[in-house]
Amino acid sequence: MTPSWSLEGLVVRLGSRLALDGAGLSVAPGEMVGVLGPNGSGKTTLLRAGLGLLRCGAGTACLSGRPVNALSEIERARLVGYLPQERRVGWNLASLALVALGAPDQPPAVASGIAADCLQRVGLAGFEDRGVLEMSGGERARVLLARLLATRAPLLVADEPAAGLDPDAQLLTLELLRAEAARGAAVVVTLHDLTLAARFCDRLVVLSQGRVEADGPPAQALSPDNLRTVFGLEGALIEAGGETVLAARRVAQRPAAGR
Amino acid sequence: MSRRRGLVLLAALLLASVCIAVLVGETPLRAADYLTALTTPGSASGEILWTIRAPRAAMAALIGAALGLSGAALQGLLRNPLADPGVLGVSASAGLGAGLAIALGLAAIPGAIEASALLGALVAGALVVALAARFREPETLILLGVSISAFAGALSSLVYNLSPSPVTTAEVLSWMLGSVANRDWPDLLTTAIPAALGAALVAWSARGLTMLTLGEETAALSGLPMARLRAAAVGGAALLAGASVAAAGIIGFVGLAAPHLVRRFSGDDPGKTLLPSALAGAILLVLADLAARIIPTEQELKLGVVTALFGAPLFALVAWRAARSWRS
Repeated sequence: MTPSWSLEGLVVRLGSRLALDGAGLSVAPGEMVGVLGPNGSGKTTLLRAGLGLLRCGAGTACLSGRPVNALSEIERARLVGYLPQERRVGWNLASLALVALGAPDQPPAVASGIAADCLQRVGLAGFEDRGVLEMSGGERARVLLARLLATRAPLLVADEPAAGLDPDAQLLTLELLRAEAARGAAVVVTLHDLTLAARFCDRLVVLSQGRVEADGPPAQALSPDNLRTVFGLEGALIEAGGETVLAARRVAQRPAAGR
Repeated sequence: MSRRRGLVLLAALLLASVCIAVLVGETPLRAADYLTALTTPGSASGEILWTIRAPRAAMAALIGAALGLSGAALQGLLRNPLADPGVLGVSASAGLGAGLAIALGLAAIPGAIEASALLGALVAGALVVALAARFREPETLILLGVSISAFAGALSSLVYNLSPSPVTTAEVLSWMLGSVANRDWPDLLTTAIPAALGAALVAWSARGLTMLTLGEETAALSGLPMARLRAAAVGGAALLAGASVAAAGIIGFVGLAAPHLVRRFSGDDPGKTLLPSALAGAILLVLADLAARIIPTEQELKLGVVTALFGAPLFALVAWRAARSWRS
């Protein structure tokens, strides 16, 4: 099966810093992949470079087998929906109107229907007319997640979708993305919460200093060795109450991050 | 208020204000004179109405619409409620272009002043957008716009300073204060052509402005041809501002105020704010010009002076409110 998204050997230089040093990942339809790594390890850069938002020094990025830079704007939009980390919204649009922007190809009435459905899925039924700048940060994050769902794209890429949300909203967010994978979409999320990553993702890609340190099922990618060398944590994934959780504490001396 | 009702209301207000501007003026006319003017346009009162007041009111409406639309496009493009061709230096750069053309003695060539003003506006518009791509903070962009404005103003002053003819200098300075007095119908056409082109470009970019609400990256992946839509918005806003500066000098704050008056009933959507902003700008400028004409001062007030007197405090108010929302 052609992967929905395949990135190989991406090299990106941001100023004088080598942000990506030959990183890559691959995700197939129906699969949910988590991208992990400490701050500055290149997670966001990998997503942006893989979507053609950043110029790469080397490497290939393909969406459904076609080079991302060879796609027209419309072709690319039909293949991927993207939720950036930045949640700043320019104007106080009603949440329904904002979510409907996820389906710009559709006639307005159809787009509104999709948007209403997506708002309901993120638990914001009844908030259709509320201005997004009058909402709390967590509510706004859910509206933006609904906009991602409204794209109904075969690949969904979400950068830190759970950041800054309360536990209930974090779980809801990941359950919704998991449901998208169940309907056949390929899903890629960056996460800082390793427990959430281990619970919801089929496979984890662990980045460190712009390189892929591990790529595999959660138990393998978050092995005690990787936890220590990449994250500076002493611990392991354990089973508790039928769920996988991470039990860990900081290593007294974090491994040097310099190069 | 729904958007449709708002548009109807604005259109009615525009019609009413143009009618008042044509009917009211320095020369007192009686009911019988108005009747004569209507039946015989060649009569003395007909001359006053149709060759003095009407083209002036129409020019005020056209310039106001151009500035309102330009401001709405720039605010949408930069996601900044403080953006406006005056604040960002687009008007001052157009003024520099026009002033340079006059000082170089190009005024005799038809269209030279207009072309030079448009060029100045386009250069400033491109500069603002390049800076906006680099500096994300809305405050920074406004500060940079203020510097462009100040620098273009300084260069204009330099041109007049070095200009050998004091008559030209006085003429240009008076023109820079902004006015739509003594315009005839052909002047209107000269302004309407670039303004219509600018309006078409801005109207085409509307979808892109709406999508930019979600930020650059989301818009870039939305499927819309964002590079072209952004270029159309900048080019259109610069054409509109340049055309109005070429025709009427520098008239500030209309582009800032108009979108604010209509944003609420446009659902805060920058694409849907465009048309109502043009109407609101036209109303504002027709009324401001009416005020300039009928306020009894020794010398007639310049239109740019009137708009600045009302506009500058409004700018402060908008900045006050915007700063609060940026902090949250």
